[in-house]
Amino acid sequence: MATETFYSVIRRQGITRRSFHKFCSLTAASLGLSPLAAVSIANALETKPRVPVIWLHGLECTCCSESFIRSAHPLIKDALLSMISLDYDDTIMAAAGHQAEAILEETRAKYKGRYVLAVEGNPPLNEGGMFCIDGGKPFVEKLRSMAEESMAVIAWGTCASWGCVQAAKPNPTGAAPIDKVITNRPIIKVPGCPPIAEVMSGLVTFMTTFGKLPELDRQGRPSMFYSERIHDKCYRRSHFDAGQFVEEWDDKYARKGYCLYKMGCKGPTTYNACSAIRWNGGVSFPIQSGHGCFGCSEDGFWDKGSFYDRLTTIKQFGIEANADQIGMAAAGVVGLTVAAHAAVTAAKRLTHKRDRAAHKSKPS
Amino acid sequence: MAVQTPNGFNLDRSGRRIVIDPLTRIEGHLRVEANLDSDNVIRNAVSSGTMWRGIEVILRGRDPRDAWAFTERICGVCTGTHALTSVRAVENALGIAIPENANSIRNIMQLCLLVHDHLVHFYHLHALDWVDVVSALKADPKSTSALAQSISPWPLSSPGYFKDLQIRLTKFFGSGQLGPFKNGYWGHPAYKLPPEANLMAVAHYLEALDFQKEIVKIQAIYGGKNPHPNWLVGGVPCAINIDGTGAVGAINMERLNIVSSIVDRSIEFVEQVYLPDIAAICSFYKDWLHGGGLSSKSVMSYGDIPENANDCSAKSLKLPRGVILGGNLKEILPIDHGDPEQIQEFVAHSWYKYPSDCCGLHPWDGITEPSFELGPKLKGSKTDIKELDEGGKYSWIKAPRWRGHAVEVGPLARYIIGYAQNKTEFKEPAERLLKGLNLPLTALFSTLGRTAARALECQWAAHQMRYFQDKLVVHIKAGNTATADVSRWKPETWRKEAKGYGFTEAPRGALGHWIKIKDAKIDNYQCVVPTTWNGSPRDPKGNIGAFEASLIGTPMADPQRPLEILRTIHSFDPCLACSTHVMSPEGHEMASVNVR
Repeated sequence: MATETFYSVIRRQGITRRSFHKFCSLTAASLGLSPLAAVSIANALETKPRVPVIWLHGLECTCCSESFIRSAHPLIKDALLSMISLDYDDTIMAAAGHQAEAILEETRAKYKGRYVLAVEGNPPLNEGGMFCIDGGKPFVEKLRSMAEESMAVIAWGTCASWGCVQAAKPNPTGAAPIDKVITNRPIIKVPGCPPIAEVMSGLVTFMTTFGKLPELDRQGRPSMFYSERIHDKCYRRSHFDAGQFVEEWDDKYARKGYCLYKMGCKGPTTYNACSAIRWNGGVSFPIQSGHGCFGCSEDGFWDKGSFYDRLTTIKQFGIEANADQIGMAAAGVVGLTVAAHAAVTAAKRLTHKRDRAAHKSKPS
Repeated sequence: MAVQTPNGFNLDRSGRRIVIDPLTRIEGHLRVEANLDSDNVIRNAVSSGTMWRGIEVILRGRDPRDAWAFTERICGVCTGTHALTSVRAVENALGIAIPENANSIRNIMQLCLLVHDHLVHFYHLHALDWVDVVSALKADPKSTSALAQSISPWPLSSPGYFKDLQIRLTKFFGSGQLGPFKNGYWGHPAYKLPPEANLMAVAHYLEALDFQKEIVKIQAIYGGKNPHPNWLVGGVPCAINIDGTGAVGAINMERLNIVSSIVDRSIEFVEQVYLPDIAAICSFYKDWLHGGGLSSKSVMSYGDIPENANDCSAKSLKLPRGVILGGNLKEILPIDHGDPEQIQEFVAHSWYKYPSDCCGLHPWDGITEPSFELGPKLKGSKTDIKELDEGGKYSWIKAPRWRGHAVEVGPLARYIIGYAQNKTEFKEPAERLLKGLNLPLTALFSTLGRTAARALECQWAAHQMRYFQDKLVVHIKAGNTATADVSRWKPETWRKEAKGYGFTEAPRGALGHWIKIKDAKIDNYQCVVPTTWNGSPRDPKGNIGAFEASLIGTPMADPQRPLEILRTIHSFDPCLACSTHVMSPEGHEMASVNVR
């Protein structure tokens, strides 16, 4: 049977041939290529089938899949029917048992180096891997085998990216983030418990639309979604800057929407797009509904004390610098202890420091 | 070779054994093995939960106020219900009473989960067991339209609408890239729907995929996001501000209106799409009444959705509470979560160690120590299992029992108990559906009964959301805006030692958490979850759990393509991440990390 190409998919979605070629020319131009390249790009897209995606589940709770199907743009229905070919995902696929396993074998052979491996959850390494048995064997074997021939690996969520809840102390199963077991393929980490639906579908459509992997930060996350802190775009930020805080649950300040910093909000140290994109079609995000951020997209957040403990150190830097640059800068320049009672003053001092830090970290 | 289990099932493992692993379209990892006789009838069934994450071990020594967030991560599908159970357990231990508004908001969030989960389960995890997607390509769109319009006023039903969908599907299947539909059991003789009904069902599969993302906005409004909304010990984190300034940080009129509008649309979708589809599909499968298993014998429901805050008595709970044993619908037995004789877990056939395999332990006193051993009749090896030996240990799921009895939990259990209690809101819709199909009451005890009970409950839950949303508004109107009690927020105010339990009815059934607190830290935590009840392995006496029981006696049309097994197991909506968990009160070091 003929495979459907990217070109035929976008034609079906009402995009004209003329627009398609314009898109190819623009892509060529934006990549700094010659006009002739537009022809080869068009040719590639017209003959390229939808990217096959194999989605594996290790130790996890399926919140990533649940989040993914909440995508509003694109609608997940369209992503599944037109953008990718989700050939294996044991949560939604029709096949089971050996008919399901056969798909893995077939994809490995037929699409060698051309399929994307999406991983939700992670492999346990204790007990010979048998804390997660899949087809009678340790899940980690399937993970390794499918990664081997993949084009790239997407680590969906905090489980796959950092380990998440099952890897919290004492990590009884020896659950390990996938970059501990897959070391020879490009890995894109999309942390969050779960990640935001539109971040997930945004990444998938970026790759299918532009035919390349996104730019990653030093921790392996797509910079486009993870280069700013929750705090940077928080709509309650003005209350933080003005020293207006919720003092206890449901007090008059909570009702006025003051800053949740004193209730343990980890927005100042968490890199994610929650305050910018928001959740569930932009309807809310944790801070908007009155609970502090607890940093679910950060490595090891489960083991950093109670979610209601106030942050005592805020690495106060702005949107001009990202986590990598700060990591490379001396901690003394940017790190500062914020005494809670003096948060207003501290915030002012920090703002000043932030400018200096940002300036320092800019490439000259 | 045949043996009879104490709970009345004949098992015979002499026939041919088939294995389904992975059993897909569920949450988590599940393996099913079955022995078939020469007529391809299932004579022995073995279900094995094949993963373990150890969340209770991880909870030890942590702040009880954080437990909801850890336990919520037990499951992202039934998201929120573990968190609710957890805050209830902590509040029960610490003697915290929540405000009335918090009770209404929690109920709305829990009901929202029921509506969402049931809908997604039916269309996206279960429907393909009844609907042949490929057959939809052969449908006549005009006849499909006539069929759709004959059963529902739902507006998306024109011949053009179905024609367009069919064109899109034809291109999709013609592409050769079948995505999630690849290698399905299309054309299997057990599929009975005509092409027109299949096309209608596929349309609704896609519409439900679009609509489900709307329903959960209710949880996002009150809990900040979905999956994994935020909860709070002592109430709810969202404050209410109807009149004052700065209302952008709280529940205000705009927020209430969003919820209200989604509730209305949910009622509409469930009544105009989900219920008519269930009735239509059931009408083609009226003679496929297999899969009853334990449902006609022993069922249990804890009850949930308290009418009044802090009152978890059967009278206050809107979902039924009680146990039925031995099919005696005349007697509803009461449940006490604190009674060590009632709820116990056994590990004789589970990959855990107890001081003695014969005895059960109440969750407050439970021990869990993983111990991966396989029985002597295993085929394969320890890391390449071909066939399990159910005579030995064979699952990461423990075997919970109520006074020693294996029971089924879930929507069907709730409806049977509600029916037996003569509760009109459960009895009447069930009778109406059965009457429409011209089926006797006993037809409820089946795979179809389980599937239908879920749809009926989805409708009930959608209307209850309306009820509690209105109740919330009435309270606010009366000047009552409290959403949290902070008098025992600080650990200094807690007793040195405390213990408690919390329970809910998760979409899949009875869910309980038990907690022991010592010096303001979690000393012990255990969850006994719906799929642990339904998917339990055998207990020391040989009683089989609901999954295994439901498969016995089912004839298979084509054992190479085990559609009938998927059908029945999916009707329970298994959740394996929930069911495979442990605790370790002694804090054993489980093993060292060995990166291979």
